[in-house]
Amino acid sequence: MAEKSSPVFSRRLLLSSAGAGGAGLAVGALAHAAFGSQLEPAAKKVADVVDCHGQHQAGITTAAQDRMHIVGFDVVTEDRAKLVAMLKEWTAAIEAMTQGKEVGEGGAASGSYDAPPTDTGEAVGLSAANLTVTIGFGRSLFTDGKKSRFGLEGKLPEALIELPHFSGDMVEEERSHGDIVVQACANDPQVAVHAIRNLSRIGFGTVRVRWSQIGFGRTSKTTSDQQTPRNLFGFKDGTANILADDAEALDKHVWVGEGATDQPWMVGGTYMVARRIRMQIEVWDRAALREQENVVGRIKSTGAPLSGGEEFTAPDLAMAGSNGPIIPADSHVAMLHPSKHNGVQMLRRGFNYTDGSDGLGRLDAGLFFIAFVVDARTHFVPLQKAMSANDAMNEYLRHTSSGLYAVPPGITQGQYLGQQLFES
Amino acid sequence: MKKLLAPAALLAIGALSLTGCTDNTASADAAGDGAITVNASDDACTVSTNTAPGGTLKFNVKNEGSKVTEFYLLAEDGLRIVGEVENIGPGVSRDLVVIAPEGKYFAACKPGMVGDGIRSEFTVTAAKDGAAVSADRAALQKTAVDQYAAYVKDQSEQLLRGTKEFAAAFAAGDEAKAKKLYPEVRMHWERIEPVAESFGDLDPILDAREADLEKGDEFTGWHRAEKDLWAPEGYKKMSQKERQEIADGMVENTEELNTRAQKLEFTPDKLANGAKELLDEVATGKVTGEEETFSHTDLWDFQANLEGAKIAYEDLAPLLDGTEDELNKQLKENFASLQKQLDAYRVGEGFKFYNELSKDEVQELAAGVDALSEPLSRLTAAVVK
Repeated sequence: MAEKSSPVFSRRLLLSSAGAGGAGLAVGALAHAAFGSQLEPAAKKVADVVDCHGQHQAGITTAAQDRMHIVGFDVVTEDRAKLVAMLKEWTAAIEAMTQGKEVGEGGAASGSYDAPPTDTGEAVGLSAANLTVTIGFGRSLFTDGKKSRFGLEGKLPEALIELPHFSGDMVEEERSHGDIVVQACANDPQVAVHAIRNLSRIGFGTVRVRWSQIGFGRTSKTTSDQQTPRNLFGFKDGTANILADDAEALDKHVWVGEGATDQPWMVGGTYMVARRIRMQIEVWDRAALREQENVVGRIKSTGAPLSGGEEFTAPDLAMAGSNGPIIPADSHVAMLHPSKHNGVQMLRRGFNYTDGSDGLGRLDAGLFFIAFVVDARTHFVPLQKAMSANDAMNEYLRHTSSGLYAVPPGITQGQYLGQQLFES
Repeated sequence: MKKLLAPAALLAIGALSLTGCTDNTASADAAGDGAITVNASDDACTVSTNTAPGGTLKFNVKNEGSKVTEFYLLAEDGLRIVGEVENIGPGVSRDLVVIAPEGKYFAACKPGMVGDGIRSEFTVTAAKDGAAVSADRAALQKTAVDQYAAYVKDQSEQLLRGTKEFAAAFAAGDEAKAKKLYPEVRMHWERIEPVAESFGDLDPILDAREADLEKGDEFTGWHRAEKDLWAPEGYKKMSQKERQEIADGMVENTEELNTRAQKLEFTPDKLANGAKELLDEVATGKVTGEEETFSHTDLWDFQANLEGAKIAYEDLAPLLDGTEDELNKQLKENFASLQKQLDAYRVGEGFKFYNELSKDEVQELAAGVDALSEPLSRLTAAVVK
């Protein structure tokens, strides 16, 4: 990995290969302090590199990383060639960064002394930290509401709808939507932020940042060997998520198949729903454990459904309790159970966030909800409708942003992200 | 907090290196805190002891059976419930905390939630150190809920009377009168808001804000009238016919609400949770100025929420005497100080409009609400035992 002849610079230093996953940061730091240079560089190769090429984009079924920086861009030019050029440049930068390499020819500190470095430099010395960068296109990229943009006539998928206003929504436009979404996930927050920062920089003149959000802890698991994390309500979240090895469920609920779209360029892609859900943290913290468990429908300590068993025991929604079902009908589990929604499931990949405090001394914190679905019209809108109308959890939530994006399929070496859309 | 954010591998390492320092998990062990353990199965109810000294008793009930179970502590007559815990799912543990004076009792598990349950005698001996244990908590609880039920009935009747008056003025286009009545009448609603909200069908018709609706929902009730009276720029006022429809709907649905409110039955936990919810309403809707978007009469609502919570607390306060004196004192003080804060904004018979408050003033109010809400959230556990 220590290429010296390549003009592309590797940022790599020592990092334990055992440090793949979230532990990498802390363990790596400890190891650094304790063992210094004793670690053999060769032993640590590619342990935390996720290939950005493939049939699907990375960052969807990839084992959920611990940190995220996601950003919504608006395209400021109407020049299609300029947009495509930027996507090519982004792709090259993403290919470098996901391998733990520096962006651009001169990297962070080897270019002209009289020019700003091509890489911003804050990730020098850090590994790739399982960085993935996933891009998606918003409805507004295709049309300004009256006419199409960038010559994309006829390319707008039917499934890329405008999400409706759900009961109780307090969506802030300046935190929502956007022409392009870029999700960077990594096990090191600095690596994720570095990725977004460098892509934004490359994009100046072509795109401008509309909104961005940092997530500091994953709230779902996407592989069976990951532990189910807890959200800021203190409950395990994503117990019933679709996992990376469940090919059948992925084909059914996540990946757009050939027969399932009016847009051939979307085959192998998916749709991303992103919503910033602020939690009324202080009010929740004052709710009795009884209330908390009845709202969620699960035991707080173990994650088991209120109908008994352990975390992965299927909830028994029919089991009678002292007053109605033991899992209350308006609990989150009962309300969103696939059995109530024609069996549909989502691949959820959200993150806990906090943006400090609001002006009233309360945490501005919650869940940055991200879900990947084959079609939001069947896999998200009906569920969110049911939830916003009747879910007992609503009382503690406030949806402050909303976005739906068409995530194009993955690419092979030599292609650029979004090529299927622009060259089909 | 930190623990929740740490990935699994780090947790494991942390646990190893911390061994020998502290053991945070020990206190969660039921056996460690003097609890009486109850092993409930589908056909047995094994209580770890059949006697305990008077005072606060804690039963840790573990359902080892396959059916949902309940656990009861019954008085000597085998009928009166001293304490109960319901909805214990298979494999689940729940605690029952009761204050019991010297006497004879029955402990009972009810697997499947049917029949008389599996009973065994349970004896409470004299309290340790000769401490007095109130023998009439049940009577105190009954007094509390009866008093509160009477309050709800009264407020609901006044709400109906006021709504009729408001509706008539609004329909007739007497804006000055309707605007004066609006915050005053709403106070009756806000005093018993958790009760009103418990009628899930009526609440959205009467009290929904525009943002609460989704496409296709009809915007009706108080906030519909509010928007028309304090019309925002670019808003097209309703016709007389439209106003009449809104007014009629408000009266009709409030009549239904009042009919139902007269028949409501309460329990101590409902009172205490209701008081807490009223403060939650203040914290999430009033302090932020979101409840009364157009009229900015949020402080009337704030005052009413506070009064409603205080009534519930005062009805329950005798249950705190001698058992939770510190909590009682704290609540009394914090209710008084928040009221004092609010009194600073009184203007005549009403209040300042919320958009006239400075940022600092709003922050102070928010801090006062938090200061009261925190001890108030401990009231339920203190009164149900």
